[in-house]
Amino acid sequence: MRLVSLWIVLTCFWLLMSGHYTGMLITLGVVSAAGTVLLAQRMGIADSEGHPIHLLARAVIYWPWLVLEIAKSAWRVTWIVLDPALPISPTLLRVRSSQKTTGGRATYANSITLTPGTISVQLDGDDIIVHALEKAGADSLEDGDMDRRVTWFEGAR
Amino acid sequence: MFAAATVAILAVLALATIRTLKGPTVFDRVLGANSIGTGAILLLATVGFLTGRPEFLDIGITYALLNLIGTLAVLKFFRYGDLSHAGEEPKD
Amino acid sequence: MALVNDIAVWILLGLGSFFYLVGAIGLVRMPDLFTRMHAASVSETLGAGLLLLAMMLAAGWSLNAAKLAVILGILFFTGPVATHALAQAALTAGLKPQLAEDRTRKNGARAAKRGGGK
Repeated sequence: MRLVSLWIVLTCFWLLMSGHYTGMLITLGVVSAAGTVLLAQRMGIADSEGHPIHLLARAVIYWPWLVLEIAKSAWRVTWIVLDPALPISPTLLRVRSSQKTTGGRATYANSITLTPGTISVQLDGDDIIVHALEKAGADSLEDGDMDRRVTWFEGAR
Repeated sequence: MFAAATVAILAVLALATIRTLKGPTVFDRVLGANSIGTGAILLLATVGFLTGRPEFLDIGITYALLNLIGTLAVLKFFRYGDLSHAGEEPKD
Repeated sequence: MALVNDIAVWILLGLGSFFYLVGAIGLVRMPDLFTRMHAASVSETLGAGLLLLAMMLAAGWSLNAAKLAVILGILFFTGPVATHALAQAALTAGLKPQLAEDRTRKNGARAAKRGGGK
Protein backbone atom coordinates (compact mmCIF):
# COMPACT_ATOMS: atom_id res chain seq x y z
CA MET A 1 0.00 0.00 0.00
CA ARG A 2 2.88 2.32 0.79
CA LEU A 3 4.47 1.39 -2.55
CA VAL A 4 1.24 2.05 -4.43
CA SER A 5 0.91 5.46 -2.79
CA LEU A 6 4.52 6.28 -3.66
CA TRP A 7 3.87 5.22 -7.24
CA ILE A 8 0.78 7.45 -7.47
CA VAL A 9 2.66 10.42 -6.01
CA LEU A 10 5.56 9.96 -8.43
CA THR A 11 3.22 9.64 -11.41
CA CYS A 12 1.44 12.85 -10.38
CA PHE A 13 4.84 14.54 -10.11
CA TRP A 14 5.69 13.40 -13.64
CA LEU A 15 2.40 14.71 -15.00
CA LEU A 16 2.97 18.00 -13.18
CA MET A 17 6.46 18.42 -14.60
CA SER A 18 5.70 17.37 -18.16
CA GLY A 19 2.52 19.29 -18.94
CA HIS A 20 2.07 17.25 -22.13
CA TYR A 21 -0.73 14.73 -21.91
CA THR A 22 -0.27 12.52 -24.94
CA GLY A 23 -0.64 8.78 -24.66
CA MET A 24 3.01 7.98 -25.04
CA LEU A 25 4.28 10.50 -22.50
CA ILE A 26 1.76 9.39 -19.87
CA THR A 27 2.77 5.76 -20.46
CA LEU A 28 6.43 6.70 -20.11
CA GLY A 29 5.65 8.51 -16.87
CA VAL A 30 3.73 5.59 -15.41
CA VAL A 31 6.51 3.18 -16.34
CA SER A 32 9.35 5.33 -15.00
CA ALA A 33 7.45 5.98 -11.77
CA ALA A 34 7.10 2.21 -11.37
CA GLY A 35 10.83 1.84 -12.04
CA THR A 36 11.63 4.42 -9.38
CA VAL A 37 9.40 2.63 -6.88
CA LEU A 38 11.23 -0.63 -7.62
CA LEU A 39 14.60 1.07 -7.12
CA ALA A 40 13.43 2.66 -3.85
CA GLN A 41 12.20 -0.73 -2.69
CA ARG A 42 15.56 -2.35 -3.48
CA MET A 43 17.43 0.48 -1.72
CA GLY A 44 15.19 0.07 1.31
CA ILE A 45 14.16 3.74 1.42
CA ALA A 46 10.45 3.21 0.71
CA ASP A 47 9.76 2.55 4.40
CA SER A 48 7.75 4.48 6.97
CA GLU A 49 10.56 7.03 7.23
CA GLY A 50 11.03 7.61 3.52
CA HIS A 51 7.39 7.90 2.61
CA PRO A 52 5.42 8.61 5.79
CA ILE A 53 1.82 8.46 4.62
CA HIS A 54 0.62 7.58 8.12
CA LEU A 55 1.54 11.10 9.25
CA LEU A 56 -0.60 12.85 6.67
CA ALA A 57 -3.70 13.27 8.86
CA ARG A 58 -1.70 14.71 11.74
CA ALA A 59 0.36 16.90 9.38
CA VAL A 60 -2.81 18.71 8.35
CA ILE A 61 -3.16 19.85 11.96
CA TYR A 62 0.53 20.30 12.83
CA TRP A 63 1.71 22.24 9.76
CA PRO A 64 -0.74 25.17 10.05
CA TRP A 65 0.28 25.56 13.69
CA LEU A 66 3.94 25.55 12.61
CA VAL A 67 3.29 28.13 9.89
CA LEU A 68 1.56 30.38 12.41
CA GLU A 69 4.48 29.97 14.80
CA ILE A 70 6.93 30.82 11.98
CA ALA A 71 4.96 33.96 11.14
CA LYS A 72 4.87 35.08 14.79
CA SER A 73 8.58 34.65 15.43
CA ALA A 74 9.50 36.10 12.02
CA TRP A 75 7.58 39.20 13.05
CA ARG A 76 9.62 39.46 16.27
CA VAL A 77 12.93 38.97 14.42
CA THR A 78 11.87 41.59 11.88
CA TRP A 79 11.59 44.27 14.56
CA ILE A 80 14.90 43.23 16.08
CA VAL A 81 16.59 43.62 12.70
CA LEU A 82 14.99 46.99 12.01
CA ASP A 83 15.70 48.36 15.49
CA PRO A 84 18.67 50.76 15.25
CA ALA A 85 20.01 49.46 18.57
CA LEU A 86 19.94 45.82 17.40
CA PRO A 87 18.68 44.43 20.76
CA ILE A 88 19.89 40.85 20.45
CA SER A 89 20.85 38.56 23.32
CA PRO A 90 22.17 35.38 21.70
CA THR A 91 21.66 32.33 23.87
CA LEU A 92 22.86 28.78 23.55
CA LEU A 93 20.55 26.30 25.25
CA ARG A 94 19.87 22.62 25.49
CA VAL A 95 16.34 21.28 25.04
CA ARG A 96 15.22 17.71 25.60
CA SER A 97 13.40 16.04 22.73
CA SER A 98 10.85 13.52 23.99
CA GLN A 99 10.24 11.92 20.57
CA LYS A 100 10.82 8.21 20.25
CA THR A 101 11.61 7.82 16.55
CA THR A 102 14.53 9.39 14.72
CA GLY A 103 12.05 10.83 12.25
CA GLY A 104 10.19 12.55 15.06
CA ARG A 105 13.41 13.98 16.45
CA ALA A 106 14.42 15.23 13.00
CA THR A 107 10.97 16.83 12.68
CA TYR A 108 11.47 18.62 16.00
CA ALA A 109 14.98 19.83 15.09
CA ASN A 110 13.81 21.00 11.68
CA SER A 111 10.80 22.77 13.20
CA ILE A 112 13.15 24.60 15.57
CA THR A 113 15.38 25.62 12.68
CA LEU A 114 12.46 26.63 10.49
CA THR A 115 11.22 29.05 13.15
CA PRO A 116 13.21 32.27 12.75
CA GLY A 117 15.06 33.18 15.92
CA THR A 118 16.02 29.64 16.86
CA ILE A 119 18.42 27.26 15.11
CA SER A 120 19.17 23.70 16.16
CA VAL A 121 22.94 23.54 16.08
CA GLN A 122 23.74 20.04 17.22
CA LEU A 123 22.08 16.79 18.24
CA ASP A 124 23.51 15.26 21.39
CA GLY A 125 21.74 12.03 22.29
CA ASP A 126 18.23 12.98 23.33
CA ASP A 127 19.13 16.63 23.59
CA ILE A 128 19.16 19.31 20.94
CA ILE A 129 21.56 22.21 21.32
CA VAL A 130 19.80 25.34 20.11
CA HIS A 131 21.09 28.80 19.31
CA ALA A 132 18.46 31.45 20.00
CA LEU A 133 18.60 35.05 18.85
CA GLU A 134 17.14 36.43 22.09
CA LYS A 135 16.43 35.23 25.58
CA ALA A 136 12.67 35.44 25.15
CA GLY A 137 12.81 32.98 22.27
CA ALA A 138 14.95 30.62 24.34
CA ASP A 139 12.44 30.82 27.20
CA SER A 140 9.47 30.02 25.00
CA LEU A 141 11.32 27.03 23.55
CA GLU A 142 12.15 25.75 27.03
CA ASP A 143 8.42 25.74 27.82
CA GLY A 144 8.29 22.66 25.62
CA ASP A 145 5.06 23.44 23.77
CA MET A 146 6.60 22.61 20.38
CA ASP A 147 8.18 19.45 21.82
CA ARG A 148 4.77 18.19 22.98
CA ARG A 149 3.19 18.97 19.64
CA VAL A 150 5.89 17.19 17.65
CA THR A 151 5.62 14.17 19.95
CA TRP A 152 1.90 14.11 19.24
CA PHE A 153 2.60 14.57 15.53
CA GLU A 154 4.97 11.62 15.35
CA GLY A 155 2.28 9.44 16.94
CA ALA A 156 2.50 6.96 19.77
CA ARG A 157 4.67 4.18 18.40
CA MET B 1 3.27 44.79 -9.63
CA PHE B 2 5.74 42.00 -10.21
CA ALA B 3 8.29 44.61 -11.23
CA ALA B 4 8.35 45.94 -7.65
CA ALA B 5 8.91 42.45 -6.25
CA THR B 6 11.67 41.91 -8.82
CA VAL B 7 13.41 45.09 -7.69
CA ALA B 8 13.15 43.95 -4.05
CA ILE B 9 14.63 40.56 -4.92
CA LEU B 10 17.47 42.23 -6.84
CA ALA B 11 18.20 44.39 -3.78
CA VAL B 12 18.29 41.25 -1.64
CA LEU B 13 20.68 39.64 -4.10
CA ALA B 14 22.95 42.68 -3.86
CA LEU B 15 22.96 42.53 -0.04
CA ALA B 16 23.62 38.79 -0.06
CA THR B 17 26.48 39.36 -2.50
CA ILE B 18 27.96 41.92 -0.10
CA ARG B 19 27.82 39.32 2.67
CA THR B 20 29.37 36.69 0.42
CA LEU B 21 32.22 38.96 -0.59
CA LYS B 22 32.88 40.33 2.89
CA GLY B 23 32.98 37.00 4.68
CA PRO B 24 34.68 37.06 7.18
CA THR B 25 34.56 33.27 7.64
CA VAL B 26 33.94 30.72 4.92
CA PHE B 27 30.62 29.85 6.58
CA ASP B 28 29.40 33.42 6.14
CA ARG B 29 30.19 33.07 2.48
CA VAL B 30 28.28 29.79 2.26
CA LEU B 31 25.31 31.44 4.00
CA GLY B 32 25.45 34.32 1.54
CA ALA B 33 25.69 31.96 -1.40
CA ASN B 34 22.70 30.00 -0.09
CA SER B 35 20.68 33.22 0.15
CA ILE B 36 21.70 34.09 -3.40
CA GLY B 37 20.44 30.66 -4.46
CA THR B 38 17.03 31.25 -2.87
CA GLY B 39 16.95 34.70 -4.43
CA ALA B 40 17.70 33.22 -7.84
CA ILE B 41 14.72 30.87 -7.52
CA LEU B 42 12.35 33.70 -6.64
CA LEU B 43 13.84 35.92 -9.35
CA LEU B 44 13.27 33.19 -11.93
CA ALA B 45 9.64 32.91 -10.83
CA THR B 46 8.93 36.66 -10.88
CA VAL B 47 10.73 37.20 -14.18
CA GLY B 48 8.69 34.32 -15.56
CA PHE B 49 5.55 36.21 -14.58
CA LEU B 50 6.88 39.54 -15.87
CA THR B 51 7.71 38.20 -19.30
CA GLY B 52 4.78 35.78 -19.43
CA ARG B 53 7.02 32.76 -19.84
CA PRO B 54 6.15 30.29 -17.08
CA GLU B 55 8.75 27.79 -18.35
CA PHE B 56 11.13 29.57 -15.98
CA LEU B 57 9.38 27.79 -13.11
CA ASP B 58 10.86 24.46 -14.17
CA ILE B 59 14.33 25.97 -13.96
CA GLY B 60 13.35 27.34 -10.55
CA ILE B 61 12.50 23.85 -9.30
CA THR B 62 15.86 22.57 -10.51
CA TYR B 63 17.63 25.43 -8.77
CA ALA B 64 15.74 24.75 -5.56
CA LEU B 65 16.94 21.15 -5.60
CA LEU B 66 20.50 22.09 -6.55
CA ASN B 67 20.72 24.77 -3.87
CA LEU B 68 20.63 22.25 -1.03
CA ILE B 69 23.00 19.84 -2.72
CA GLY B 70 25.44 22.62 -3.53
CA THR B 71 25.44 23.94 0.04
CA LEU B 72 25.94 20.47 1.52
CA ALA B 73 28.70 19.64 -0.98
CA VAL B 74 30.62 22.82 -0.19
CA LEU B 75 30.27 22.28 3.58
CA LYS B 76 31.37 18.68 3.28
CA PHE B 77 34.31 19.66 1.13
CA PHE B 78 35.51 22.19 3.69
CA ARG B 79 35.09 19.73 6.53
CA TYR B 80 36.71 16.64 5.06
CA GLY B 81 38.64 17.96 2.10
CA ASP B 82 37.10 15.48 -0.28
CA LEU B 83 33.57 14.67 -1.38
CA SER B 84 33.85 10.88 -1.29
CA HIS B 85 34.25 10.76 2.48
CA ALA B 86 31.49 8.76 4.15
CA GLY B 87 31.14 11.38 6.83
CA GLU B 88 30.69 9.08 9.82
CA GLU B 89 33.74 10.27 11.72
CA PRO B 90 36.35 12.95 11.22
CA LYS B 91 39.69 11.88 9.83
CA ASP B 92 41.64 12.65 12.97
CA MET C 1 -13.77 38.58 -7.82
CA ALA C 2 -10.78 39.22 -10.04
CA LEU C 3 -10.31 42.53 -8.25
CA VAL C 4 -10.25 40.86 -4.83
CA ASN C 5 -7.69 38.42 -6.15
CA ASP C 6 -5.56 41.25 -7.54
CA ILE C 7 -5.65 43.13 -4.26
CA ALA C 8 -4.66 39.99 -2.35
CA VAL C 9 -1.77 39.45 -4.76
CA TRP C 10 -0.66 43.05 -4.26
CA ILE C 11 -0.76 42.81 -0.48
CA LEU C 12 1.06 39.47 -0.39
CA LEU C 13 3.72 40.67 -2.82
CA GLY C 14 4.29 43.80 -0.74
CA LEU C 15 4.49 41.93 2.55
CA GLY C 16 6.69 39.22 1.04
CA SER C 17 9.11 41.76 -0.45
CA PHE C 18 9.22 43.57 2.91
CA PHE C 19 10.10 40.47 4.93
CA TYR C 20 12.48 39.29 2.24
CA LEU C 21 14.34 42.62 2.34
CA VAL C 22 14.38 42.66 6.14
CA GLY C 23 16.07 39.28 6.19
CA ALA C 24 18.75 40.50 3.79
CA ILE C 25 19.31 43.68 5.81
CA GLY C 26 19.77 41.49 8.87
CA LEU C 27 22.17 39.34 6.90
CA VAL C 28 24.41 42.38 6.47
CA ARG C 29 23.78 44.03 9.86
CA MET C 30 24.11 41.17 12.34
CA PRO C 31 27.41 40.81 14.20
CA ASP C 32 28.26 37.13 13.80
CA LEU C 33 27.47 34.04 11.75
CA PHE C 34 24.80 32.51 13.98
CA THR C 35 22.79 35.70 14.35
CA ARG C 36 23.07 36.23 10.59
CA MET C 37 21.51 32.82 10.08
CA HIS C 38 18.47 33.90 12.12
CA ALA C 39 18.01 36.88 9.83
CA ALA C 40 18.43 34.73 6.73
CA SER C 41 15.75 32.34 7.97
CA VAL C 42 13.23 35.20 8.08
CA SER C 43 13.69 35.82 4.38
CA GLU C 44 13.76 32.13 3.54
CA THR C 45 10.55 31.21 5.39
CA LEU C 46 8.16 34.14 5.61
CA GLY C 47 9.56 36.29 2.79
CA ALA C 48 9.92 33.59 0.16
CA GLY C 49 6.71 31.90 1.36
CA LEU C 50 4.58 35.04 0.96
CA LEU C 51 6.13 35.88 -2.43
CA LEU C 52 5.46 32.38 -3.75
CA LEU C 53 1.93 32.45 -2.28
CA ALA C 54 1.27 35.74 -4.09
CA MET C 55 2.46 34.22 -7.36
CA MET C 56 0.28 31.16 -6.79
CA LEU C 57 -2.74 33.44 -6.39
CA ALA C 58 -1.78 35.33 -9.53
CA ALA C 59 -1.41 32.10 -11.49
CA GLY C 60 -4.83 30.84 -10.47
CA TRP C 61 -5.81 27.20 -10.78
CA SER C 62 -3.18 26.06 -13.24
CA LEU C 63 -0.10 23.93 -13.68
CA ASN C 64 2.05 26.93 -12.79
CA ALA C 65 0.45 27.27 -9.38
CA ALA C 66 1.19 23.60 -8.73
CA LYS C 67 4.81 24.12 -9.76
CA LEU C 68 5.08 27.10 -7.43
CA ALA C 69 3.66 24.92 -4.67
CA VAL C 70 6.36 22.35 -5.40
CA ILE C 71 9.03 25.08 -5.15
CA LEU C 72 7.51 26.23 -1.84
CA GLY C 73 7.55 22.68 -0.53
CA ILE C 74 11.17 22.13 -1.58
CA LEU C 75 12.22 25.41 0.07
CA PHE C 76 10.46 24.54 3.33
CA PHE C 77 11.88 21.03 3.50
CA THR C 78 15.45 21.73 2.39
CA GLY C 79 15.90 25.13 4.06
CA PRO C 80 16.29 23.88 7.63
CA VAL C 81 18.53 21.03 6.48
CA ALA C 82 20.98 23.46 4.89
CA THR C 83 20.79 25.84 7.86
CA HIS C 84 21.39 23.07 10.37
CA ALA C 85 24.28 21.65 8.34
CA LEU C 86 25.84 25.10 8.16
CA ALA C 87 25.46 25.74 11.90
CA GLN C 88 26.83 22.35 12.82
CA ALA C 89 29.76 22.64 10.41
CA ALA C 90 30.62 26.07 11.80
CA LEU C 91 30.47 24.82 15.37
CA THR C 92 32.52 21.72 14.59
CA ALA C 93 35.11 23.87 12.86
CA GLY C 94 35.52 25.72 16.15
CA LEU C 95 33.65 28.93 15.39
CA LYS C 96 32.48 30.39 18.73
CA PRO C 97 29.15 32.21 18.70
CA GLN C 98 29.00 35.55 20.53
CA LEU C 99 26.74 34.83 23.45
CA ALA C 100 24.86 36.90 25.98
CA GLU C 101 24.09 33.77 27.97
CA ASP C 102 25.20 30.15 27.67
CA ARG C 103 22.59 27.90 29.25
CA THR C 104 24.27 24.69 28.12
CA ARG C 105 26.92 25.20 30.81
CA LYS C 106 24.74 25.48 33.88
CA ASN C 107 22.06 23.04 32.68
CA GLY C 108 23.34 19.72 33.94
CA ALA C 109 26.78 18.46 34.75
CA ARG C 110 27.15 16.52 31.50
CA ALA C 111 27.69 19.64 29.47
CA ALA C 112 30.24 20.94 31.94
CA LYS C 113 32.12 17.64 32.01
CA ARG C 114 32.36 17.57 28.25
CA GLY C 115 34.18 20.86 28.35
CA GLY C 116 31.14 23.08 27.98
CA GLY C 117 28.81 24.03 25.23
CA LYS C 118 31.57 25.38 22.98
